[in-house]
Amino acid sequence: MPPVIDKTKCIGCGTCAEICNSSLFVFNREKDKYPQVKFPEECWHCDSCVLDCPTKAISLRVPLAYSLMHVDASSIHENK
Amino acid sequence: MIPVKQVIEADLLIVGGGIGGLMAGIAAGKAGCKNVVIMEKSHARRSGSGATGNDHFNAYVPAIHGDDIEPVFQQTMQSLIGSFKEPSLMHKFLEKSFDLVKMWDEWGVNMRPTGDWECKGHALPGKTRAFLKYDGSDQKKVLVREAKNVGVKFYNHHPVIELIRIGDRIAGALALDTTTEEPSFVPVRAKTVLLATGLTHRLYLNAPTPAYMFNTGHCPNCAGGQGLAWRVGAKMVNLEFPYTHAGPKYFERCGKATWIGVYRYSDGKPVGPFTNKSDTLYGDVTSDIWNSVFEDVMRKGTGPAYMDCSDASKEDMDYMRWAMKGEGLTALLDHMDKEGIDPHKNGVEFMRYEPILHGRGVDVQDNGETSVKGLFAAGDLVGNGGCGIALAAYLGWVGGQAAAEQAKTVEFQKAEETAAMKEKMELFSSFMDRAEGADWKEANMALQQIMSDYAPAGPNKVRSETLLKAGLNYLGQLRQKAKEQMGATCSHTLMRAAEVLDLIDCGEALMNAALARKETRANHIRADFPFTNPLLGDKFLNVYLEDGEVKTSWREIRQVEK
Repeated sequence: MPPVIDKTKCIGCGTCAEICNSSLFVFNREKDKYPQVKFPEECWHCDSCVLDCPTKAISLRVPLAYSLMHVDASSIHENK
Repeated sequence: MIPVKQVIEADLLIVGGGIGGLMAGIAAGKAGCKNVVIMEKSHARRSGSGATGNDHFNAYVPAIHGDDIEPVFQQTMQSLIGSFKEPSLMHKFLEKSFDLVKMWDEWGVNMRPTGDWECKGHALPGKTRAFLKYDGSDQKKVLVREAKNVGVKFYNHHPVIELIRIGDRIAGALALDTTTEEPSFVPVRAKTVLLATGLTHRLYLNAPTPAYMFNTGHCPNCAGGQGLAWRVGAKMVNLEFPYTHAGPKYFERCGKATWIGVYRYSDGKPVGPFTNKSDTLYGDVTSDIWNSVFEDVMRKGTGPAYMDCSDASKEDMDYMRWAMKGEGLTALLDHMDKEGIDPHKNGVEFMRYEPILHGRGVDVQDNGETSVKGLFAAGDLVGNGGCGIALAAYLGWVGGQAAAEQAKTVEFQKAEETAAMKEKMELFSSFMDRAEGADWKEANMALQQIMSDYAPAGPNKVRSETLLKAGLNYLGQLRQKAKEQMGATCSHTLMRAAEVLDLIDCGEALMNAALARKETRANHIRADFPFTNPLLGDKFLNVYLEDGEVKTSWREIRQVEK
């Protein structure tokens, strides 16, 4: 579930936990090395953590239920 | 008992650090108000529906529109949610709108990304375009910086869970400190309060993904702020009119006017009459005009309907991609890239989303003051101004100025000693004492079920006196059970529990308004009153609490002052 932190890139700055729109991270600066995604189902997929992470360590995994329904545009009839 | 921190005093307490709240803070600070506090549920730099951007700013721009404001006013009144806007307020807003645009431009928001003022999108073909196209991806960062520059104090991770009224005026608030997992109460004495909590999601069952209540078009954490105003007796307006947005299926995301293509049936025929080719200037306004279009085509079996951009030029597709970034849709773009979905090659199905309180809620005067003295409101929770980024900026600006002026003549009152404050503290402490109690999600889902069944949005579902009265009865039962059974394990879940109680109050206010409007109008379909009453066409319906009882009254819609 979103977001996903790449621990090989995370420097534990806590920016994501600070700015998350849904406050879904938990991060105790005094004892935690990395933020923890504690409430993944509350992610809005706003992308703030992805945009603000200084080391680009975060990506969003969009749930399968959110899949976009789409077709090849050529299949939409040429009647247009 | 949850620990109580020292009382904070504020000449102006702003609840919510979105566009309205930040503009209020900047305006009050510039007006010389020395003690302005913004309490924000998450972090003002990335909170609210404008967290990562917006790209349309409703404005009268003389360089584009000439000397006559009226065509812009007419298009503004007709756009999106049309008739539920107060003409006097909207006209004053438009008169000021270009000043706001120039301010943002000066502060560093990219208001003319192509070098000049341009209006694009959200427009009928051939008609005046009333929305300035801009790049709002940095808007929150810029506005937070400007607010700090004028001395505004920020309390991030401090959701306000109750407003306090003493006599006929606002006196303060109770906030939660959620900066650590252990919550604390923070009582606030405030001479004036400006409520800017945004719109309300999570009131109805999520349309695309009922099991995922945070898959929302706008910010899902803006949840029930109207309930704060409701409990202190502020008059609410237009709650009975369901508003629904539309967008991609099943990843709920607003910004449909940023898509430049045409809505088509699977046989290629356009769904609406407005356009038959992709276009960056106007887009396809079909779903703005025909609010239930994507639901209707499914019900009739003529669907699905696709957003088709395949006839656009490469330059126009590059433009759309750029505009989506400005609108804050980077997560959607990344997802489409990862999935190999290219809007130039793929038709993307659109759908109707669940009803939300968007431009439905608190009734304000043209300066943003509510019916409770000293309480102002700005942004999407305002019920008589439509909604959107530009109106939020305007009402924040004029409300912040008016509140700062009023604060000069008001003394602090001991809000922390009121019974309302103490009752709320006891209730929320009981949640923390009940760690094994009902999770807030249970109560939120129960609310969504009741709202969706007993006060649904038309045109394909109906309301009636018996349905609404049953719904109100069930809401009352739910509120009681939620208070007695909800439990919280940390500051975060306690905040969510507070949101659910606010949402239940929103539901109660909405159902009472729907009960009182004994006619069918827009998507408020009364099966027992299946006609539109012309006598109500120039009136707004207020619903409010007075001495613990729900009251309703009608008022004249304020026309443009001549």
